[in-house]
Amino acid sequence: MTEKYFGKPIKRLEDKFMLTGNVKYVDDIEVPGQLHAAFLRSDYAHARILKIDASEALKRPGVVAVYTADDFGDFWKPGPLQVPPPTAIPGSQFNARTLVPIAKDKIRYSGEVLAVVIAESRYIAEDAFDDIIVDVDPLPAVVDLEKGWENTSVLVHDDLPSNMAALVKQEVGNYEEAKKNADVVISKRMLIEHVAAAAMENRGFIASWDERNQEMTIWAGTQSPLTIRGSVSRALGLAESQIHVITPYIGGGFGPKVMTSLADDVLLPWISKQLKRPIKWIEDRRENFLATTSERDQVHHCEIALKKDGTILGFKDVFYHNTGAYDSYGMTVPLNTQTHTISNYRIPNFYSEIRMVFTNQMVVTPVRGAGRSEGIFAMERMVDFAAKELGISPIELRKKNLLRVDELPLNTGVIGQDFVVNILDSGDYLGNYEKCLEVIDYEKFRKEIQPKARKEGKRVGIGVVAFTEGTAVGPYEGCRITVSTSGKVTMTSGYSTQGQAHQTVFAQIIADQLNVKIEDVRVITGDTNQFAWGAGTFASRGAALVGAATYLAAQKVRAKIFSTASKKLEVPEDELELCEGSVCVKGQPETTIPLGTLAALANPMRGVVEPGVEPGLEATAYYGPPHGSTGCGAMGVIVSIDEETCKPVIERMVMVDDCGTMINPLIVDGQLQGGISMGIGNTLYERLVYDENGQLVTASFMDYLMPLATDMPKKLDIVHNHAESSLKVNPLGIKGVGEAGAIPPGPAIVQALEDAFQDTKLEILESNLSPSQIYEYLKKA
Amino acid sequence: MKPVNFDYYAPSSVDEALDTLAELGYDGKVLAGGQSLIAAMNFRMARPSALVDLNNVPELSYVKPTEDGGLAIGTMTRVFDVEHSAEVIKRFPLLIEVSKYIAHPQIRRRGTFGGAIAHADPAGQLPSISVLMNMQALIKSKGEERWVDGQDLIIGPFMTVIEPHEMLAELVLKPWPARTGSNYVQVSRQSGGYAQSAVASIVTLDENERCKDARMVLMSVGEVPILSQKAGEILVGNAPTREAIEEVAELAVTTEIDPATDLHATADYRRSITRVLVVRSLTEAVERAKRGG
Repeated sequence: MTEKYFGKPIKRLEDKFMLTGNVKYVDDIEVPGQLHAAFLRSDYAHARILKIDASEALKRPGVVAVYTADDFGDFWKPGPLQVPPPTAIPGSQFNARTLVPIAKDKIRYSGEVLAVVIAESRYIAEDAFDDIIVDVDPLPAVVDLEKGWENTSVLVHDDLPSNMAALVKQEVGNYEEAKKNADVVISKRMLIEHVAAAAMENRGFIASWDERNQEMTIWAGTQSPLTIRGSVSRALGLAESQIHVITPYIGGGFGPKVMTSLADDVLLPWISKQLKRPIKWIEDRRENFLATTSERDQVHHCEIALKKDGTILGFKDVFYHNTGAYDSYGMTVPLNTQTHTISNYRIPNFYSEIRMVFTNQMVVTPVRGAGRSEGIFAMERMVDFAAKELGISPIELRKKNLLRVDELPLNTGVIGQDFVVNILDSGDYLGNYEKCLEVIDYEKFRKEIQPKARKEGKRVGIGVVAFTEGTAVGPYEGCRITVSTSGKVTMTSGYSTQGQAHQTVFAQIIADQLNVKIEDVRVITGDTNQFAWGAGTFASRGAALVGAATYLAAQKVRAKIFSTASKKLEVPEDELELCEGSVCVKGQPETTIPLGTLAALANPMRGVVEPGVEPGLEATAYYGPPHGSTGCGAMGVIVSIDEETCKPVIERMVMVDDCGTMINPLIVDGQLQGGISMGIGNTLYERLVYDENGQLVTASFMDYLMPLATDMPKKLDIVHNHAESSLKVNPLGIKGVGEAGAIPPGPAIVQALEDAFQDTKLEILESNLSPSQIYEYLKKA
Repeated sequence: MKPVNFDYYAPSSVDEALDTLAELGYDGKVLAGGQSLIAAMNFRMARPSALVDLNNVPELSYVKPTEDGGLAIGTMTRVFDVEHSAEVIKRFPLLIEVSKYIAHPQIRRRGTFGGAIAHADPAGQLPSISVLMNMQALIKSKGEERWVDGQDLIIGPFMTVIEPHEMLAELVLKPWPARTGSNYVQVSRQSGGYAQSAVASIVTLDENERCKDARMVLMSVGEVPILSQKAGEILVGNAPTREAIEEVAELAVTTEIDPATDLHATADYRRSITRVLVVRSLTEAVERAKRGG
């Protein structure tokens, strides 16, 4: 194929519209006659509801309706289990307690919905909160994971014997046996902090019931419009064809927008149908902090067993994972943690135990990194501690144990979020690491830069870590490609976009396959009336799955183009070729026929389309991989720190990444930069803090610190190190890259900080550090 | 996050604004740049029943030299305009230095000099600087006006002596003597963010390199800006040696501040960095004074 676009760093086609403010978001959509919804949310994290009286609110001018749980009658029920747990893990236990759309009888997290106010404006709806009497009997809140796991804890769900949401044990080899042969065994307890996704645009939802046509139109800022269509269909007992979900542009997703069964997408369609009026709800930032799902928050009890020479014999990890008040999203996050802990190094004996705990906090679902960051953090930290204990450099210890090219593909024996055993398919793990050392010039840092800085009384440190990124999980995605009689090409997919540049990358594939100008390709996503099959946008799977489906569909269309042209021109297909926007006869460039003309010929208004031939220059294709892929890489970071104020500065960062084939390296770099900013934010700034009563004390950007441009590394190098052995499972060799950047900054920065204080006993056992915490650590060191 | 209902007044002159405030009494609240008030209203933490918006009163925005060589700054002058005023740069480099730390440029374009001081946020830079420089505050009400010393203006967190029917109209900054140096330093988690501790100082030296005057304010380590007495007590009349400055830091941290623990810093950390910042700020102010200010 001619590769005019594929693999080239072309600029994003959508940017000229997005950056000039010319795209529509949910809040830009005004439906005639619309009413506004506001959710009265609980101030208590855990309480029994005695009474909610909304009668006064109904008297307020402009208030149209107020609903509490009782007003929904039989419609009120716990939501579906959005992601069931894999059944293949022997002995695993899982207690499904799924999200309820609105609290009934009991409040289980601060921010849970108690009443829905429908009013002529959002202002009036919020005013009406003051009119609603909420009478509750407060209960102690379950906040601490380890205490919450104990049998003596207060229960989040009264019908369960404990707060155990899940208990999953996976073992490869025999850790306890291996430990007997170890020269060194190190045990540590580590905390992984709780962070928000904090997309620039909050969530938004409009439900508009058309009584005359018996159809529901929904505009939703979601990562999964098809899931919403399915859940609304089930909830309201409508055919899916009666529901049209449109996902306009979205200001970022990062995971939580894949979630359904929250108050908006369950209750608002029902209310719209009752009132026969469109209902609009735009989430505000406080609601987003309180009630949109978030992630991380684990406590790891790790143990690593090694020989004196640094050979890792085994690794054990018993970790507590906060699932929040409900567990509708199953075990995706902790399973990712399990698979990623053992994804880098040669670890013959591995034991990992998930203790997933119900707490009185918002539900935890994947946020970019999605369990991967936690597993990599735990493993990388333990390798650092082992290196110190053994007196081996952390670099040499890693080089010794990192998987080598000839060891892949490797079946790790651990079942992952896609319900199949994790296979490390391809990549040069050791090569990535060595490349990173070379680019950051590790030797020079150690021999010149660091000693010189110490002489000047300055502290600088270096950290170099390895990571993997599980990507491109199934089940499948698909698309349809159509050539119009104008010669323009349209691709539609069920795969919605949150800013990843789908309009550009899929167009790149099509423009090459059909030899058309990229400007002539239109990509439509996130409209269930256009294309109604697919799972959703998550797990770094767009380029790999939709990209592959696009390639397959384009090849089918290409075949149709040639067969139609061959008949018309009465020339054998192998004598034809694609010229830009048309088909021409090889060696006779003057004999051409435009694609638009062929599209018309393929869809004749009279005459006959032969049996077995589908009309039109159109094709649909699907692609589902047998198992997920695994991207891999390494990160090096040089940090300086003012010893007196404990303020760190990231002087230099190098990221080496293998995400397989790149459709567009510019967009890959953007993904990595964005991920890195999130990883830095998670490590040095962002932190969701719940107090002992389960109150979120960081519910605004005054207290929840997002990383700023000024917090980025002073110098950042991104190196693409694609192994020649690259992936065979994907037709285009694509793995995925959406989450990679967010994974390694934590362990890399922490390792560098410890390195800057290598003359002390500084030992960092958590993933999020303010200067004040570094100060408190140093007092003890 | 929508405010409760409120009445909105947009006077076009100071007299009209004062009439409106007199009429509204306790129900009225002055709206200046709105960078703090509007956010507080959206959170429904502030629920004023009426806003008197001064943004249409052009006569309140100015930076004017005074006869004694100081400056008068109108209350509605945007922080950005103070930061970029040639008159300010010539006389009070401290204001330029501190402005760079006040939130972000977009906010400084909108936020006002007087509004920030009247808001009296204990973590705000300008309220502290108004205390340090003892800016003279002109407070007007219908048919009346009074002057208040900058160090008497703020009486508690978010509290000043300004009454609901009054407004802060102007701040007058007295000129600095020759050989005066100043400095502002802070530790914040991010650029534009709230400081966990900050120190501003002004030092005047005599011809023998002794301190003629030394003033220092400590910020974010108490409920209000803390005007240190120790800097003056220890330094004035003496050479500002490293030892003397370290003694100021020690005494200031142990006797003058009362830092709290919050999400971003422990009290102990705040003490530790305050000690560092006092030394850094006074040392730099002295150096600048030696170079002529």
